[in-house]
Amino acid sequence: MSKNEILAAIRRNKPTGAVLPSIPTFPEGKASPVVTFITMVETGGGQVIRASGPGALQAAIENRFPDAKRIASPIPGVKSNVALGAIHSPSELEPVDVAVISGRLGVAENGAIWVTEEDCIHRVLPFITQHLFLLLDEAAIVHNMHQAYEQIQVDASGFGLFIAGPSKTADIEQSLVIGAQGARSLTVVLEPPLTSG
Amino acid sequence: MKEHAQKSAEFIRDESRTDWHDEALWFVRSKRDRAAHSIAEWEQLRELASQVKDNVLAHLDQYLEQFEANAQRNGVHVHWAADAAEHNRIVHSILEKHNVQRLVKSKSMLTEECHLNEYLTERGVEVVDTDLGERIIQLKEEPPSHIVMPAIHLKKEEVGELFHQKLHTEKGASDPQYLTEAARQHLRQKFLAAGAAITGVNFAVAETGGVVVCTNEGNADMGVHLAPVQIHCMGIEKIIPRAEHLGIFTRLLARSATGQPITIYTSHYHRPKVNGEMHIVIVDNGRTTQLGRADFRNSLKCIRCGACMNTCPIYRRSGGHSYGYTIPGPIGSILTPGIDLKKYSGLPFASTLCGSCSDVCPVKINIHEQLYRWRQVIVREGHLPPAKRQGMKWAGKVLSNPGWYNSLGKLTRWALRQLPRPFLYNSFNEWGRDRELPQPPRQSFKEWYQNKKTEK
Ligand code: SF4
Repeated sequence: MSKNEILAAIRRNKPTGAVLPSIPTFPEGKASPVVTFITMVETGGGQVIRASGPGALQAAIENRFPDAKRIASPIPGVKSNVALGAIHSPSELEPVDVAVISGRLGVAENGAIWVTEEDCIHRVLPFITQHLFLLLDEAAIVHNMHQAYEQIQVDASGFGLFIAGPSKTADIEQSLVIGAQGARSLTVVLEPPLTSG
Repeated sequence: MKEHAQKSAEFIRDESRTDWHDEALWFVRSKRDRAAHSIAEWEQLRELASQVKDNVLAHLDQYLEQFEANAQRNGVHVHWAADAAEHNRIVHSILEKHNVQRLVKSKSMLTEECHLNEYLTERGVEVVDTDLGERIIQLKEEPPSHIVMPAIHLKKEEVGELFHQKLHTEKGASDPQYLTEAARQHLRQKFLAAGAAITGVNFAVAETGGVVVCTNEGNADMGVHLAPVQIHCMGIEKIIPRAEHLGIFTRLLARSATGQPITIYTSHYHRPKVNGEMHIVIVDNGRTTQLGRADFRNSLKCIRCGACMNTCPIYRRSGGHSYGYTIPGPIGSILTPGIDLKKYSGLPFASTLCGSCSDVCPVKINIHEQLYRWRQVIVREGHLPPAKRQGMKWAGKVLSNPGWYNSLGKLTRWALRQLPRPFLYNSFNEWGRDRELPQPPRQSFKEWYQNKKTEK
């Protein structure tokens, strides 16, 4: 069997030693992670909106895409007219104009947002939609990828991913084009942390 | 196979195109520099990445077994392939079982290496590459010329003409935005119709049994989540021990590759989707042999960022196709001799040994040192082309005999000054072909030194 052959060849040929290094804690920098995060999302071609109060998210969607016909979202409070629970084949989501999904965690150094299968309902939703909104709690922004991987458990979901902007390509003469195979735009809606008191 | 030098000569015949290619890649290299310099701990990250990969190579068998066990626990089918042929057979058997006629693929250098597309096409499967650059070269029936930017050698007018023929875009249209939109519409139909999707793998996490795929276009995910069957093909060296190591590698990969802080999508696949099936094919295809070569095993640490290509003065001016292998550039030149020493014996010489590749490599592979060591192996095994072999033999004789060396030096200095051009610039003089020979000094350093000493 090839498995045993491959493993035997590795055992014959592999070097010895080499302990696993421990990853140090890197300095976080002085800038507020929220400010850096916003800059990085914008650099990546996304937009950031700071929502305040209930209804702000819905208003932001209507504001940006007044003509959107099909809006899909599992988030309570968002007027979704696509019944995500009734979708049997993911290809039925092809006509979706706008998808609105919750993100779990943001990363300041690169503007990436962790999203899981549970937040999407259908794994293909954040890609197949023409436009994507990600809702994120400001308090859930960390400085760098090390902190991010400390906080998330990558295998807690069958599928999870970092999204750092709208789909893009530079495959034709290095010209940047937004809107390759996935969503054509990304709007991040930042929710201020709940103030106690 | 034509020598690298011959194919480069063809490439550089078009001077303005060579300049354009050179500048396009240098632009990417500059972006990489800016991204790297924005991270204070950049060098530390490279060192960590290198150490993690050293550890992986030293425990590869354990990590692979751990990975398999965890992936199986996650409900994933794991397959092992000793070589390209077995890899292709495995993939085909999965497709056959599900009666798949249409397949979408995202970027995977491994499947290029195995010539999977040809294998499946011959067996009646429609294979569509979905990365824009890969789709372009697939339609053009060419191999990729770069591992991150497969169509970097083509101008937008050429893509426009190709799309006009194949996708019926407007004649003469070459706006990248317009062409990308046309490809988007075309590929959407392919995604929706596909029965299976194949991706490459950037990282496979032993601790969790999942694979991570990084793209900017979102094409891997469009394929994987729409098709009922997903297949991820990986070389044995893609393993990393734990999820926390993803922190190191995701910080390095995109910055090194394109200068972005991270790819737009970093997807972590651990379990099949509802009603879906997930397969992982683990491939050796010569990697365990390379692992046994102490001088060259470091090449297995490569994370395929392409930075060594973008920075290489030879690659930038000779183009990816001149290397004659799926993975071109400096890393290709140290991987290929291990695959077929005779066939690729020219590649380790396609370098100035300037060391820029090793300087930018995010996992600190000593690329230029390996190039030098491969040259020694090639000479030892007798694979040097005759002209070079003779030249080296004579150079060796002259350099080891001071008398000959002195007289020949004198003769050369005299000849360079006195002989008419046709005697110096002709087909025997490789060096004079594209450059002027230097102005000879009146005396050699040795003579000058002797004179100084006697003057005192
Ligand atoms: S050898 Fe290093 S620089 Fe070249 S592609 Fe591999 S990881 Fe990148």
